[in-house]
Amino acid sequence: MSRHVNIERRRQAIYGWLLLSPAAVLLSLFAFYPSAATFWSSLFSRGTRRNPSEFIGTENYADLFADPTFWLVTKNNLFYAGITIPVSIIIALAMALWANSKLPARGFLRTAYFTPTVLPMIAAANLWLFFYTPGLGVLDQIGALFGLPSVNWLGQPETALWAIIIVTIWKEAGFFMIFYLAALQTIPEDLKEAADIEGASRWTYTRRIVLPLLMPTTLFIMVNAMINSVKLIDHLFILTKGGPSDASKLILYYIWEMAFAFFDRPHAAAMTMLVLGVLCVVAAIQFFYLDRRTHYQ
Amino acid sequence: MSGLARYIEGAGAFLLAIIWISPLVFAFWAAFHTTSDAVNFNLAAPWTMDNFRTAWAGAPWLRYFLNTFLLVTIVLIGQFILTTLAGFAFAKLDFPGKNIVFILVLMQLFILPEVLIVENYAMISRLGLFDTILGVGMPYMASAFGIFLMRQAFKSVPIELHEAARIEGCGLLGIIWRVYVPLAKPTYLAYALISVSTHWNNFLWPLIVTNSPDTRPLTVGLSIFGAPENGVDISVISAATMMTVAPLLLAFLLFQRQFVQAFLRAGIK
Amino acid sequence: MRHFTRLTTTLSLSTALVASAATMAAAETELTMYYPIAVGGALTDVVDGIVADFEAENPDIKVNAIYSGNYDDTRVRALSALNSGEPAQLAVMFSIDAYDLIEQDLIAPFDDLVEGEDGEAWLNGFYPALMANGQIEGQTWGIPFQRSTIVAYYNKDMFREAGLDPEAPPSTWDEMVEMGKALTKDGTSGLMIPSTGYPYWMFQALAIQNGKELMSGDGLTTYFDDPAVVDTLEFWKSLSTEHGIMPEGTVEWGTLRQAFLEGQTAMMWHSTGNLTAVKDAASFDFGVAELPANERKGSPTGGGNFYIFKDTSDEERAAALKLIRFMTAPEQAAEWSIATGYMGVSPAAYETEALMAYTEEFPPALVARNQLESAVAEFSTFETARVREGLNNAIQSALTGAKEPAEALAEAQTAAERLLQPYQ
Repeated sequence: MSRHVNIERRRQAIYGWLLLSPAAVLLSLFAFYPSAATFWSSLFSRGTRRNPSEFIGTENYADLFADPTFWLVTKNNLFYAGITIPVSIIIALAMALWANSKLPARGFLRTAYFTPTVLPMIAAANLWLFFYTPGLGVLDQIGALFGLPSVNWLGQPETALWAIIIVTIWKEAGFFMIFYLAALQTIPEDLKEAADIEGASRWTYTRRIVLPLLMPTTLFIMVNAMINSVKLIDHLFILTKGGPSDASKLILYYIWEMAFAFFDRPHAAAMTMLVLGVLCVVAAIQFFYLDRRTHYQ
Repeated sequence: MSGLARYIEGAGAFLLAIIWISPLVFAFWAAFHTTSDAVNFNLAAPWTMDNFRTAWAGAPWLRYFLNTFLLVTIVLIGQFILTTLAGFAFAKLDFPGKNIVFILVLMQLFILPEVLIVENYAMISRLGLFDTILGVGMPYMASAFGIFLMRQAFKSVPIELHEAARIEGCGLLGIIWRVYVPLAKPTYLAYALISVSTHWNNFLWPLIVTNSPDTRPLTVGLSIFGAPENGVDISVISAATMMTVAPLLLAFLLFQRQFVQAFLRAGIK
Repeated sequence: MRHFTRLTTTLSLSTALVASAATMAAAETELTMYYPIAVGGALTDVVDGIVADFEAENPDIKVNAIYSGNYDDTRVRALSALNSGEPAQLAVMFSIDAYDLIEQDLIAPFDDLVEGEDGEAWLNGFYPALMANGQIEGQTWGIPFQRSTIVAYYNKDMFREAGLDPEAPPSTWDEMVEMGKALTKDGTSGLMIPSTGYPYWMFQALAIQNGKELMSGDGLTTYFDDPAVVDTLEFWKSLSTEHGIMPEGTVEWGTLRQAFLEGQTAMMWHSTGNLTAVKDAASFDFGVAELPANERKGSPTGGGNFYIFKDTSDEERAAALKLIRFMTAPEQAAEWSIATGYMGVSPAAYETEALMAYTEEFPPALVARNQLESAVAEFSTFETARVREGLNNAIQSALTGAKEPAEALAEAQTAAERLLQPYQ
C-alpha cells in the first residue's frame, strides 16, 4: 500500500515537472535570466572605441543618483502614479455603478465607457493629439467659444504631464470598470431588498454594503493600476516624447531612450534594477499583506 | 428630492459617457473630411474618402494587419498550451517544490517584460529571433496571469470527473484535453479576449524587436506612419488610426455582450 | 509583396543573363538599406522607384530598402539590426550622427572605397557645405542625400493685407520683428519658429546669425554659456514675451506646417524638406526666403547622409557604393529634390533639365541652395544625442519660462562638459 502511494507520489512529481517545464523554460529565458543579466551588466561601464568595458561596481548607480534628469523622471513617475491610480479607480467605480444601475440606455453607457480599452495606446495618442494641438485642436476650439486663450497643452511643462495622465485615465478606467461590474453581479439581490426593507437610502446601501464587498476587487485593481503606472508609456512616443524639457518623461521611457537612443546599456540596466526593486516591494506587499484572503487562494 | 438626485446622476453618467467617446467620434468625423475642414470644425463640410486613400497608399497596411493577426494567434496558441499545462500541474498535482515554483511564477506578474526590454532584446537576438513574429510573441507566452486563471478554473473541477476519465483509460494529457479544457471554456474565452486585445495593442516591445515591414505589427506601423520628419496631416492620421482600430472595435461592438459575459463567467474579479 | 515580385523579376532577369552569357557569374549581392523619410507616406514610393531603377541597371544587386520612420527611429532600427546580427550594409541617417557612429566603430570611411581620380572627382562634386558634417579626422564618412537648410516660409496674402511688400520678406532681425508686429492679429501670429522636435537646429540658426557658433569644429567643445549664445536665446524668447509676435510656450514642429497652411501664422521657419508639401497644399500665395541676418546671414545644414557599415564584405561595400553613387547622381538628386524640396546635393543636379525646368517655373526651390553660401555644418559633437538633448531642454525651459536663458544654458553647458570629458 505504502509502496503504491510512493509510486503515485513519484508519478505526480514527474508529471508535475514535465507539465511545468515549457512554462519554466520560457519564464527563465524571459524573466529570471534577464533579471540576473541586467544586474550583472549594471556593474560594468559602457565600452567605446577609446575605453573598453570594465567592472566598475556601483558607479552606474552613483551616476544615476547624481543625474538630475533621473530624479525629475522619478518624480514625474510618482506623480503620474499618484494621480492615475486613485482617479482611474474612482471613475471606474462610478462607471460600474452606473452601468449596473437602472439608468436608461445603460448599454450605451457601458459601451462608451469601455471602448477606449480596446484601442491601442498608440491610436489613442493619435486621437488625443488632435485634442491637444494648440490653435487647431479640439480643446482650443472649445475654449475659444468661451473666449479662453489658446493653451499649448503638450508644450508647457505645467500641463504636459497632465495631458499624459488624462489619456492614461481615459484608457484604463473602462478596463477597471469591467472588474467592478463582474464583482457587482456577484452581490446577491436579497441584500438590496433587505436594505430597501430597512429603509436604507441608496447611498447608505452603496457605502455600507457594496463598497466593503468590492474591497478585494479594489485591491486587485490597485495593483494593476500600479503596474500600469510603470508600463503605460506608449502615448509618450506620439504626444510629447518626454518633453518639454523632460517635464513628461516617465521612467520606462527614459530606460528605452537610454538603451536604444543613447546606446548606454549599463545605465539603462541600473535603472531597470531600481524599477525591479520597487516592483518587488509592491509584489511583497501584495502577496504577504493584502492578498491573504483574496484572489489567488 | 431623490428624483432630482437621480436626474443629476443620470446626467452625470451621460456626460461622462460622451466625454469618453468623444475623441473617437471626433477622429472618425475628421477622417472623412479634408484637413482644412477638420481643423476648422466645418460641420457642414462634404464627406470624403480621400484621407483613407492617402493613408492606405502610404504604408503596407495589409501586411501590418497580417502581422498583427499572426502575432496574436501565435501568442494565444502558445499561451493556451503553456498555461493549461502549468495551470493543471499547480491545481491538481502534488510534488515537491511546487509552492516555491508557484511563488516564482507569481514574481513574474511583477517582473514585467516591458521593464526587461534591454536584456530580452539581447536574448531574442541570441536565439536568432530578432525581427521575427515569433520573437515578438515569445516573451509573453509563459504568462503568469494565465497560469493563475487556469489554476483557478481547474481547481473547481470535481475530482470524480477526473477519476471517471482515468478509469476509461485516458492518459493524463487526454484527461486534461477531454475533461478540464471543455469545463474551463469561459475562462479560456475571457483570457483569449484579454490576450488578443493586449497583444493587438502592444507597442514598445514590438517596436524594439521588429525591423522591417514584414514583421511590423499595426501599432508600430501606425506610429511610424504618423511620425514623418516634417509634420503630420491630422485627417490622414485619423484615417489611418480608424483603419487600424476598426477590426477590434467592430468585433467588440458586435460581441460586447459575450465579451462582458465571458469576464463575468470566468469569475475574474 | 512588392519586394517579393521585384525579387522574382530580378531573379528571372539574372537567370536570363546567366543563360545568355555563360561567362557571367551569377553571384548576387544583397543589400539592406534603412532610411527615414521627410514627409511620410507616398515618398517611400519615390525611393522604391529609384531603387527599382537601380536594380534594373544592376541585376546582380538586390536592395531591400526599409523605411523606418524619422531619423532617430532609423538610427535605432539600423543599429538594432547590426547588434542582433541582422544584415545592414548601408543606411541614411542623420548627418550629425557621424561622431557617434565612428566612436562606436560602426561605419567605414569612403576614402578607402572610392578609387582614383574618378572617385576623387565624385567626392568633390558635392556642395562642400553639405560634406562638412561627414568629414571628420581627415576622412569622409557620410555622403549627402536628403539635405536641407532652414528657410523662412511666408504668406504673401497676409503681407499684402498688412500693407507690406510681398516681394520683400524680412532680411534682418529688426525687420522681422517689425513686420511680425504688423502681421500679428487676433488668431494669427506673425512668426512661428518650432521648438519641439529639433529646437537645437533652429537655435543654431539664430546663434549663427548672432555671430556665434555652438560648438567647435572637432566636436569636443560646446559654447552654450557664451554671452552671444545666451543673448540669442533671450532674443528667441523675447519674440513672444516682449514683441508678442509668436505664441508663448513651445511651438510644435510636427503640426507647424498645418498651422501655416491654415493661416495661423504669417511666417514660419522650417526645413526646406517641407517645400513640396507646402506647395501642394497651400491655398494662398506664399513665398520662401533666406533666413534674416543679425550679425551675419546663415543657417545650419540639416538632414541625412548615406553611411556604409563597417561590418560588410568587399562585394557588399562595392555594391553599396554603386547604389549610393546612383542615388546621388544628378538625375536622381533632381528627382528627389523635386519630390521633396530637399536640395540637389551637387551643382550638377541643378544643371539637369528636370531641375532647371522646375526651378524656372518655381523659383523658391532655389532658395535653400542659394543659402548654402552662408550655411554652416549642423550642430554635432561626440555623445551628440545626449548633448543635443541637454541643449533642447535648455531651450524649451527658457521658452516656457521655467528657467532664465542664462541659467538653462549654463546647466546644458555643464552637462555637455561632463559628457564630453572622456573624449578630451
